Amino acid sequence: MSFNIDFLAWRKLALIVSSIFLVVSISSLLIKGLNWGLDFTGGTLVELSYPNGAEIDSIRDTLRSEGFEGAQVANFGSNKEVLIKLPGTISDSLGSEIISLLKKQNLNEDIDLRRIEYVGPQIGSELRDDGGTAMLIALAFMMLYIAFRFQSRFAGAAVIALIHDVIIVVGIFSLLQIDSDLTGLAALLAVIGYSLNDTIVVSDRIRENIRAMDTEDVNEIINTSLNQTLGRTLVTSLTTLLVLFSLYLLGGELIKNFALALIFGVIVGTYSSIYIASNALIMMGLSKDHLKEEEPENSDNNLP
Amino acid sequence: MKRYGLWKYILILLVLSFGVIYSLPNLYSPDPAVQVSYNSSSQSADVNLQNRIQSVLDSDSLLSKIELNDDYVLIRLESYEEQLKAKDLLSSGLGSDVIIALNLAQTTPDWLSDIGGEPMKLGLDLRGGVHFLMQVDTEAAIKNRQNGTLQDIRRRLREEKIRYTNAYIDEDLSIVLSFNDETNTTTADSFIDDNYPQFAGSPQPNSNNSIKLVLAEEEVDQIESDAIDQNLTTLRNRVNELGVSEPIVQRQGKKRIVVQLPGIQDTAEAKKILGKTATLEFHLEAQLDTPRSRKTSYPFKGNRGAPAFLQDALILSGDQVATAQASFDENGFPQVNITLDGEGGSRMHRATRGNIGKRLGVLFVEQKTRTVYQRGADGNQVPTQETYEVKEIISLATIRAALGTSFRITGLDSPSESSELALLLRAGALAAPMRFVEERTVGPSLGADNIQAGIFSMELGMALVLLFILFYYRVFGVAASLALSFNIVLLVAIMSILSATLTLPGIAGIVLTVGMAVDANVLIFSRIREELKRGRKPLDAIDAGYNKAFLTIWDANVTTLIVAVILLSYGSGPIKGFAITLSIGIITSMFTAIMGTRAFVNLIYGSKKDLTRLSI
Repeated sequence: MSFNIDFLAWRKLALIVSSIFLVVSISSLLIKGLNWGLDFTGGTLVELSYPNGAEIDSIRDTLRSEGFEGAQVANFGSNKEVLIKLPGTISDSLGSEIISLLKKQNLNEDIDLRRIEYVGPQIGSELRDDGGTAMLIALAFMMLYIAFRFQSRFAGAAVIALIHDVIIVVGIFSLLQIDSDLTGLAALLAVIGYSLNDTIVVSDRIRENIRAMDTEDVNEIINTSLNQTLGRTLVTSLTTLLVLFSLYLLGGELIKNFALALIFGVIVGTYSSIYIASNALIMMGLSKDHLKEEEPENSDNNLP
Repeated sequence: MKRYGLWKYILILLVLSFGVIYSLPNLYSPDPAVQVSYNSSSQSADVNLQNRIQSVLDSDSLLSKIELNDDYVLIRLESYEEQLKAKDLLSSGLGSDVIIALNLAQTTPDWLSDIGGEPMKLGLDLRGGVHFLMQVDTEAAIKNRQNGTLQDIRRRLREEKIRYTNAYIDEDLSIVLSFNDETNTTTADSFIDDNYPQFAGSPQPNSNNSIKLVLAEEEVDQIESDAIDQNLTTLRNRVNELGVSEPIVQRQGKKRIVVQLPGIQDTAEAKKILGKTATLEFHLEAQLDTPRSRKTSYPFKGNRGAPAFLQDALILSGDQVATAQASFDENGFPQVNITLDGEGGSRMHRATRGNIGKRLGVLFVEQKTRTVYQRGADGNQVPTQETYEVKEIISLATIRAALGTSFRITGLDSPSESSELALLLRAGALAAPMRFVEERTVGPSLGADNIQAGIFSMELGMALVLLFILFYYRVFGVAASLALSFNIVLLVAIMSILSATLTLPGIAGIVLTVGMAVDANVLIFSRIREELKRGRKPLDAIDAGYNKAFLTIWDANVTTLIVAVILLSYGSGPIKGFAITLSIGIITSMFTAIMGTRAFVNLIYGSKKDLTRLSI
């Protein structure tokens, strides 16, 4: 695969597209907010399986009449599985109470317990804090590594691309009201890792070409680098998307959201490493001098 | 083209055979099994037990293999139905001196287990079971200790004839003593300085003649860590009593304990036993001349009698119980037969021999949790959980003769109450009450579904990726496919050796690794194509492709590894499972994608000096 696309001619358009995405994401976050999962709100969750299909309305009525006012009842995956959520509750015995209540109501049916989760309020806020810390630390360390391996402008560009990706993926969580729980956070961090991976491959080629190419025109160098790495970027995105689709289709209900978040993340990450990171480099005024004075890498002598 | 050193081939072969051998145990599926052990931890399984089991199982013709291990007898069965049947048979056929638990017995061949080969551990989300996180209320342990010290100080101040006006435990858990003049205050202060070193850092007595005794920080730490250690031991005992194979009871952080019970579904029952802080206390009944300050009135359990006054002086508590068995008395009422340890026996003897004809009260002490609403910082009512203690009399009987180490306790409501009390007395008391702050239960059907979903998605993902790279890179695609398969084998082998736990998010991590590990090969192969296009000879192009791609691969993987390691150290639960497989996968994929494919490519093309075309 070889390409000769004038990527930078589309720069302005890309900026506009990204701006729209960012504005939509941020507005959705402000208006709809995130659908916080149990891990962060604390509360109780029960998943049950009714072999003959579950009647959501009657389950809801039973729970309402027995004092579980805030119970959210919904099908989960198929019409046999029911997910009952009680966000924010602080008693650890509600799960068992709900089950014995529903079993009493359906004496002639075998209700199968799929899972119970209870997260205390303190744990919820701790998980939230730990998650935020983990993300900030990950970003900081990666910036340091890139600044050390490349140059501070690359680190800046990579982080701008990452923030762009994170905002859009979180925006998608908000738009589609996907559960934002620990699994969602893991997906978000995986997106960061993936997007960075892409950005580094492109940056690496830019660095190499700055040293190798005769031109002083940074835009041309960046454009050439993008074209040279495009084949690889597309193939890797494709193989990653292939496995993500198989996870999405076959991985079961618990993995579905994780895979979905990553699918969006991979698409956004691929786009951002082409447009956002390189745009940011240009805007920060990368010039040949920034890398020239360093020792050139003797890559031909570096044996794998 | 550079020659590929022999040592590299040898290294790859070594790593490959290591991977194959240590991932092999995962192919042997475990046998459904039942394990039986004595419920007294001092008694290890013996031939006698094995024979008893044999005779129970012989009565029904169940096909089984019985093995005698150090701690338990293991009975392997053909199917899960027979496993349940065998458990039922054994539960009714063997006495109450044994614990019966369902188990999954490994079938790893001896030669593999001899060299340390073991299958990966499956997480609770894959095998079903329950995960509890319990918070230890260490404040209660401190309060308890202060209470004991307060009793002691009161007694000794009386003995020393130092008159105090008030002595109590303050809200901040310090002890406050008040006196009516300065002489008493200073005498008491120096007396306490000499005798109670744990209050070393306390402030000087203040002007209105009161002394505040604050526990030194090291002392608080010591009490807290003792309490958690004792709770850990007690929980381990209780978990053993529940009959769970391969349970995990571990400290997490400063004040928390994780309990994982694979295979348990009745979480309500498990929670009841784990969280219970019931114990017994023995007190003499207060006499008419007992001063008010040294007796307390307690209600009868279940309101079976009028409240009665017991002396505050404690004869002994549940800690001194050596063994306890539930049984029935002559009239068929539930009772618990208790044997005390030596010290407990002599204390009981001393206390009862001089009090024949008086009554001995048995207090049932239980810590319970309730929800209270407190005004939070923002002025709203915030619900919090609080523990409180309930003490009720279960029996108040006249002492007919001096008691020794063995006696029985009656006055229990039901057989289940007597067996629960016996269990709790055997397992020991909790030093501090505990609350459940997190629970995650996965039913067996969901666990099985998760395994299946994990395997299916892995198979499909792998198949799609392999098809694509074979089609896209042809011979080089074969190299990449082999490397990818090799990568999975290696990843599984390392997970098995580290005894890492495989969870559903972990499987997602493996699947993602498959997609991302190809990246290294894609980078190398597109470089080779570029070099070919520039007119390099095929063998030189291979060299250049590998060399130029190496640094890029390195940088890209290191940054992903940074993310994975941070996830591993900060994440919990699902995040951790994902991060483990992702980190190991990144490391193994670097090896297989770079060294592995290079070796393969060199084997195919290395000897053809006049090569003109590459199949890439």
